[in-house]
Amino acid sequence: MEEKFDAIVVGAGPAGTTAAYLLAKAGLNIILLERGDYPGTKNVFGGVLYSSVLNRLIPNFWEEAPVERHVSARQWYLLSPTDALSFGFQSQEFDSPPFNNSFTVLRSQFDRWYAAKAEEAGAFLITSTVVDDLLIEGERVVGVRARRDEGELYADVVIAADGVNSLLAQKAGFREELKPEAVALGIKEVIALPTAVLEERFHISGDRGLAMEFFGEGATKGLEGSAFLYTNKDSLSLGVTVVLKSLFEKKEKSVELVEHFKSHPVVKELIKGGELREYQAHLIPYGNRTLLTGLCRDGLLVVGDAAGLVNPTLYYEGTNMAMASGAMAAEAILAAREEGDFSQRSLSRYQQRLEQSFVGQDLTQYRGLGRLMEERPQLYTSYATLLCRLAAEFLAVREEPRGMRERAMAGRVQKEMPDLWEAWQTVRRWYET
Amino acid sequence: MEIADKLALNKFSVDTIPHLKIDQEKCHPCPHKNCTLVCPVSNYTQEGDRVVLSWEGCLECGTCRIACDQGSLQWQYPRGGFGIAYRLG
Repeated sequence: MEEKFDAIVVGAGPAGTTAAYLLAKAGLNIILLERGDYPGTKNVFGGVLYSSVLNRLIPNFWEEAPVERHVSARQWYLLSPTDALSFGFQSQEFDSPPFNNSFTVLRSQFDRWYAAKAEEAGAFLITSTVVDDLLIEGERVVGVRARRDEGELYADVVIAADGVNSLLAQKAGFREELKPEAVALGIKEVIALPTAVLEERFHISGDRGLAMEFFGEGATKGLEGSAFLYTNKDSLSLGVTVVLKSLFEKKEKSVELVEHFKSHPVVKELIKGGELREYQAHLIPYGNRTLLTGLCRDGLLVVGDAAGLVNPTLYYEGTNMAMASGAMAAEAILAAREEGDFSQRSLSRYQQRLEQSFVGQDLTQYRGLGRLMEERPQLYTSYATLLCRLAAEFLAVREEPRGMRERAMAGRVQKEMPDLWEAWQTVRRWYET
Repeated sequence: MEIADKLALNKFSVDTIPHLKIDQEKCHPCPHKNCTLVCPVSNYTQEGDRVVLSWEGCLECGTCRIACDQGSLQWQYPRGGFGIAYRLG
């Protein structure tokens, strides 16, 4: 197998497959290595694929790709242990192409379809193959070592798309070990529900879908993170995401997190009669790790989760950024190939493009918000509960003058949530700059 | 629902060779034994003063790899084609 390829892509997730697809389409000799027995069997995400990049590469992809529903309605919930305060948005505009580039998806099906597109374009996909190491000569990455007979593979350039644990770049000393404050654990259950029941319960029909996010003690037991529930065709993707640092410090048992969320009275009703089909767990790059550095070396590019390209604040955007990075890596490789120069200097075009793109700009901008949220554990503990309490006070029907109650409520906000005000000011300043 | 019942729904292709290994000597002095709490499938349990691991139900997430700050855990992915195979990931 000691053949030399134009490029080796390690990992057939959204980032790696995008790069392999584009490079194969440009006529390069590409090998795409995947450790699962087919692409997607090792991959987990919450469940909503943002597809602005994919739709640019494969226009109207949803007509052939295995998507579940397009997301035209969203809801946000603050959960105290017993109560819920919520708001939502739904849009007719999101119901027509390109469907706001938001689709619920099952990765084991979607990733498999996407990798087949790369194969169609000419990439050589090899599954059931773990890559253990980079082959390095001097300072230059010249290939990879796969855990199989004659597993040494050589190429002009290697793309590390090996996911959040990014073992390849770490082993080669190119990236730091993940820090507990910069990575979250997502635990997810796929719960089957008959389509008719699901559509009636969530007020959706046709291909329409709903994405719900949950915050507060009722969602995460007070840990930094959030919970989610997304509608598939005939199942729900439900899960809890918590920052590892918070999990380590609070000494919560992670097996109990999903059970805790599912036992909330509101959530219990939503999943009533549902049948668990699969239990999943995966890490997620989370926030303020050292971003956009060390992504290129002589003969190596790092993309997707391996590069930490996830915006976990507010938008939960990962797969779209992964695809964007894969596409930019492919462009940089094509340019490097014209010059016959795969040095770090040449490949750093990738990093520059990434920084200038929405990926780099969003990650930089939201890092501040991420820190702000990290420094305020009360956002995940007392606040949702307090806001639910205030809503209960506001709505309570009693023989008592309302004016008195409203003054007391305002006093509570000032006293017990001083930094909600401060956070609001920060967000304002941040939008003004 | 217990974790064992949940895992029974998943598709695994279990390798006979464990992909995780604990160095008991380094593990022993660990003050927090966080691995026993954070693993999403409870693969690590404390038996007496030893942490014992079972790798069969491992979802390969990597949480224990970060939780273990004693250098006592040897963590690698299972061989190609082995381990968890999500059908609805």
